[in-house]
Amino acid sequence: MLYRENGQFKTSYVADQQIFPIAQDRIAIGLLLLVAFVVMPLAGSEYLFRAVLIPFLILALAALGLNILVGYCGQISLGTGAFMAVGAYGAYNFLVRIDGMPLIGAMLLGGLSATVVGVLFGVPSLRIKGLYLAVATLAAQFFTDWAFLRVGWFTNNSTSGSVSVAGLNVFGLPIESPVAKYLFCLSVVCVFALAAKNLTRSATGRQWMAIRDMDVAAAVIGIRPVYAKLTAFAVSSFIVGVAGVLWAFVHLGAWEPAAFSIDRSFQLLFMVIIGGLGSIMGAFFGAAFIVILPIILDQVPHWFGIPLSTATTSHLVHMIFGALIVFFLIAEPHGLAKLWSIGKQKLRLWPFPH
Amino acid sequence: MGFFLETLFGGLMAGMLYSLIALGFVLIYKASGVFNFAQGAMVLFAALAMARFAEWIPKWLGFDNLVVANLLAFVVAMALMVVLAWVIERLCLSKLVNQEGITLLMATLGISYFLDGLGQTLFGNDIYSINVGMPKEPAMILEGMFEGGLLISKEDLVAAIISAALVLALALFFQKTATGRALRAVADDHQAAQSIGIPLNRIWVIVWSVAGFAALVAGIIWGSKLGVQFSLSLVALKALPVVILGGLTSVPGAILGGLIIGVGEKLSEIYLGSFFGGGIEIWFAYVLALGFLLVRPQGLFGEKIIDRV
Repeated sequence: MLYRENGQFKTSYVADQQIFPIAQDRIAIGLLLLVAFVVMPLAGSEYLFRAVLIPFLILALAALGLNILVGYCGQISLGTGAFMAVGAYGAYNFLVRIDGMPLIGAMLLGGLSATVVGVLFGVPSLRIKGLYLAVATLAAQFFTDWAFLRVGWFTNNSTSGSVSVAGLNVFGLPIESPVAKYLFCLSVVCVFALAAKNLTRSATGRQWMAIRDMDVAAAVIGIRPVYAKLTAFAVSSFIVGVAGVLWAFVHLGAWEPAAFSIDRSFQLLFMVIIGGLGSIMGAFFGAAFIVILPIILDQVPHWFGIPLSTATTSHLVHMIFGALIVFFLIAEPHGLAKLWSIGKQKLRLWPFPH
Repeated sequence: MGFFLETLFGGLMAGMLYSLIALGFVLIYKASGVFNFAQGAMVLFAALAMARFAEWIPKWLGFDNLVVANLLAFVVAMALMVVLAWVIERLCLSKLVNQEGITLLMATLGISYFLDGLGQTLFGNDIYSINVGMPKEPAMILEGMFEGGLLISKEDLVAAIISAALVLALALFFQKTATGRALRAVADDHQAAQSIGIPLNRIWVIVWSVAGFAALVAGIIWGSKLGVQFSLSLVALKALPVVILGGLTSVPGAILGGLIIGVGEKLSEIYLGSFFGGGIEIWFAYVLALGFLLVRPQGLFGEKIIDRV
């Protein structure tokens, strides 16, 4: 009833091409941003920020980056954790070694280091596809795990192998309290989500999708696979690297390579699959699902008074994740984002079936 | 020289176990074109089942005989793997026929998470031991040739013999039996095989069961050597570079690839590790596979050249 586009006539190309062509969508997204930027900081508890919202935002950003590679360009990657780590350690080194390096500068430079490494490990994708590429990116994962553990230079020769940052600030504003951290992550995520959305709608984004759908056909119509694949690797690892910086600096504060292990790579891949391959919205759905599901599963036995050990819970979470992945691949390969758009489609026609 | 040979043998033994896991990958890939990421989880699951049933069955039936307990546990664990193969085929693979390779890969990733969780929920998550009566004490050989001789673990030797026997048995099964012929036919061309009356679904159950069997054997050998624990499923990731090196479709390739990786890993750790600050065992296999992919993407014995763009 409320969700109708009747009477919304577009009179210019700009109006026709905007991201949210339906007025109700624009209102909804405006309300969502209002809640996220104004209501949440006033109402949210510290636990909510620390355990739910900040991890959700950062992992959503990482999933967004991965989605560009896997969902839009069709190149599978099992090394996302590695690119996050490169971003985090890169930014750490820029911050520590250069005096007066601002946080934003370090963050972007960290993202750029991830880009370089990402493109380097993306080079094999020019010759190999699919599961072969998966093994190539696994090499990135294990190599960086080792490098950040063993090569002292990366950790500024820290004796314990773990590094930490303190006293973060942006333009003189300290990023110390959970609310400040949350707002900082939220701003970064919004900027990158908008940029990514527009990028996927641009010529570059269409090239990625053409390569994904059929590489030979794409090459025939004049798309350069080398350029398309490497830009996808570059953009994807940049975003993933920035997410790595946020994860390390803002969420963890002090970290070691284990924070970016292969489990993280799998977790992000699952977010992308469950959320929806080839959808910006999907990255957020997937991240929300995977961050919140363990917390809920943790609580459910308490509600019913069933005592479950944490180990059992984590195994159950494993099983449910695994089952859901298979379920989504069979039932809805496009994930939660597709369900969302089906829902919207139905709502537009409601109460009529067609 | 003696030390070098000892390292070499150690590497060969480790490689043999990688080969066993890689064998499962190759079997499934050959017959169904699925790159089975869950093989590692299957090894863990099978080993956990074996370890726990060997402990539980004597308790349930009230007898105390290691050999009988192990035999029964083996049978039960194998039955479990067959059921698993059937369930996977029914609930997952049969619904994903004709999907892209990448989708199937991710489905097996899901299966692997599920199995990790299921195995540890059913069988517990401690470190369990499998005692199948492997000789534990090391043996000295070639004492005449080198000073002090070579120190070789008898357990590794037995494991190597078992692996070799398994490979031989699988080769015979594939080459000589009617089922083996059907498996090879399916591997060559799904549609053609189906059109001459080979039931695809049953073949897939069989091949997953055979992979389950390979997983069980690998799990028992690893388990009796190092104990059954979660890290087993990570060790299995090493089988990925092994199959890349050997070629995805080649059983001998899996064996040779495993041996090369096992030996290369140990030797490089000893002789090159100090230049890099040690611990290069973690990534050596993957980087070797990466280099190999760039030069010869089909692996040592792989059949077809991957289509490039």
